[in-house]
Amino acid sequence: MRLVVDLNKCQGYAQCAFLAPDVFAMHGEESLIYNPHAPEEQRERLARAVAACPVQAITADGLEDFTGEPGPGPGQVASDGR
Amino acid sequence: MAGDYLDRLRREGRIVIVGASLAGLRAAETLRAEGFTGELTLIGDEPHEPYDRPPLSKSVLLGMASPRRTELPHRREIDAKWRLGIAATGLDLAAKRVRLADGDEVPYDRLLIATGVRARPWLKEDEARLDGVCLLRTRDDAADLVQRLDAGPRRVFVIGAGFAGSEVASACREKGIPVTVAERAGAPLVGALGGVIGAVAADLQTENGVDLRTHVTVTGLEGDSIGRVRAVHLSDESVVEADVVVVSLGSQRNTEWLTGSGLGAGPRGIACDAGCRAFDFRGIVTDDVFVAGDVARSPHALFGYQFLSLEHWGNAVAQAETAAHNMICHGADRRPHLWMPAFWSSMFGVNIKSVGVPPMGDQLMITQGSLAERRFVGVYGYQGRVIAAVTFDNARWLEFYARQIERGAPFPVEYPTMDRRPENRQPVAADFPDPSLPTHGPTVTLSGYSPADQQLVFHPARH
Ligand SMILES: Cc1cc2nc3c(=O)[nH]c(=O)nc-3n(C[C@H](O)[C@H](O)[C@H](O)COP(=O)(O)OP(=O)(O)OC[C@H]3O[C@@H](n4cnc5c(N)ncnc54)[C@H](O)[C@@H]3O)c2cc1C
Ligand code: SF4
Repeated sequence: MRLVVDLNKCQGYAQCAFLAPDVFAMHGEESLIYNPHAPEEQRERLARAVAACPVQAITADGLEDFTGEPGPGPGQVASDGR
Repeated sequence: MAGDYLDRLRREGRIVIVGASLAGLRAAETLRAEGFTGELTLIGDEPHEPYDRPPLSKSVLLGMASPRRTELPHRREIDAKWRLGIAATGLDLAAKRVRLADGDEVPYDRLLIATGVRARPWLKEDEARLDGVCLLRTRDDAADLVQRLDAGPRRVFVIGAGFAGSEVASACREKGIPVTVAERAGAPLVGALGGVIGAVAADLQTENGVDLRTHVTVTGLEGDSIGRVRAVHLSDESVVEADVVVVSLGSQRNTEWLTGSGLGAGPRGIACDAGCRAFDFRGIVTDDVFVAGDVARSPHALFGYQFLSLEHWGNAVAQAETAAHNMICHGADRRPHLWMPAFWSSMFGVNIKSVGVPPMGDQLMITQGSLAERRFVGVYGYQGRVIAAVTFDNARWLEFYARQIERGAPFPVEYPTMDRRPENRQPVAADFPDPSLPTHGPTVTLSGYSPADQQLVFHPARH
């Protein structure tokens, strides 16, 4: 699955790094680094991270099964880019 | 009737997007999301589908992600015709056609130009061709650099200490690779954040073991007998042996393909109005050619209506969404692109973020935290108001300062702030270099008031 984090929005709350530590990691105190290509076995963890991000900074595709939503999944749909 | 034309355009018109990267993809998605059902074509000279660049100098260099797997997730189905691996080579504004490198011509009713920028290559071509001399803009660049770093070079030499160069240096140190950074200015990040913050960035580098050389320029790259780079010569006559050289001298706008087209396009980008419509070379706005992303220069009400070029990820997304919206709606429903400039970077484990236009500021005030602790908020002032802010490991306050900039809040900052230090009651000079000497890597370039891109002097803070 592909994902991207809008790091202008991200507040470094580290929820994602806690829920999907193989995809997201804190680097220093508040920078987030991540793998933009999460392997299939991370699907469930990634879906949880996307849903848990308090500022909805994570957009991922291919997660429909977990949310019941068609289209782009639970991440931002029409964002303002910030 | 204009209304009929628009209905037909939305239903069965032809929209062409040149540049299939972040801005191009997000524009395509917005067009579909807003009900465009006609023919959509994306033309991109890279043979890859749109991928994300910021990870290339961060998680990819650190080995946490593959350079070949940073493709952007799609927000929705876009049902487009993709012409990848083929460059647009010309534009006929009168006939409304884009010419392609293979001789093909693609007609359009509305065109979006999102051709971005490329890395500025090392100026001496024969030296630039030496094996081991690298750039970092594309995923192929990143794949090449990762391979070279993994091979355990004796030393990496980075030319230019803007954000990209500093991020490369940071990754090298984290991998235990010796690295030298050369910068013409007095410190890293000076073009983007000024000398006061630059000094903090310099300390960060040296404390992490970077061999930082400032106030020097590289005079030549020396190769060995089989064409591999082996040493770098500097203006202070020193010579540094290195087997990888990363040229990080900022970027050049991809506008050459528009030469002679009649658009207001040049080395500083393509001028457009606040509604993302391109100007022609006479300064008259077109109504069927739109621009978004790194290649655009657009006027911004918050910053004195000067034309701004923003090499910012968030700007590419926001401007693409606005351009796409405006391409398929009536004049009265159009929106201005008034995005608050915002940027992030991360180096040596420190999160650096900014809002507004720091290079416009002539004064700086540390309103929270302290430079020495490398956790602070710096606020930039220009003509008595707040114009920008930067944070080092203090990002949660940035939103507040973005609102201050929007409101034109007075500078110096008089109100009490959390963690204000007594030594920081007065503003100091932000210490940007002479604006007539463009530094590489400002990431925001103020380029005056002329849409015609004819004068090449630019006018930041002091004019
Ligand atoms: C290593 C790196 C790290 C970065 N880190 C950050 C960061 O931390 N924070 C941040 O805010 N921003 C960062 N950026 C900047 C961010 O990636 C850009 O702002 C963003 O990519 C701009 O998107 P764009 O679509 O406008 O342009 P681009 O991504 O440059 O895309 C333009 C596309 O058009 C293609 N093209 C050019 N000419 C033609 C032609 N004639 N015909 C067809 N196609 C053409 C190009 O090949 C390219 O694929 C970084 C960039 C790089 C390279
Ligand atoms: S959960 Fe969201 S805000 Fe927190 S670190 Fe992850 S992406 Fe950033």
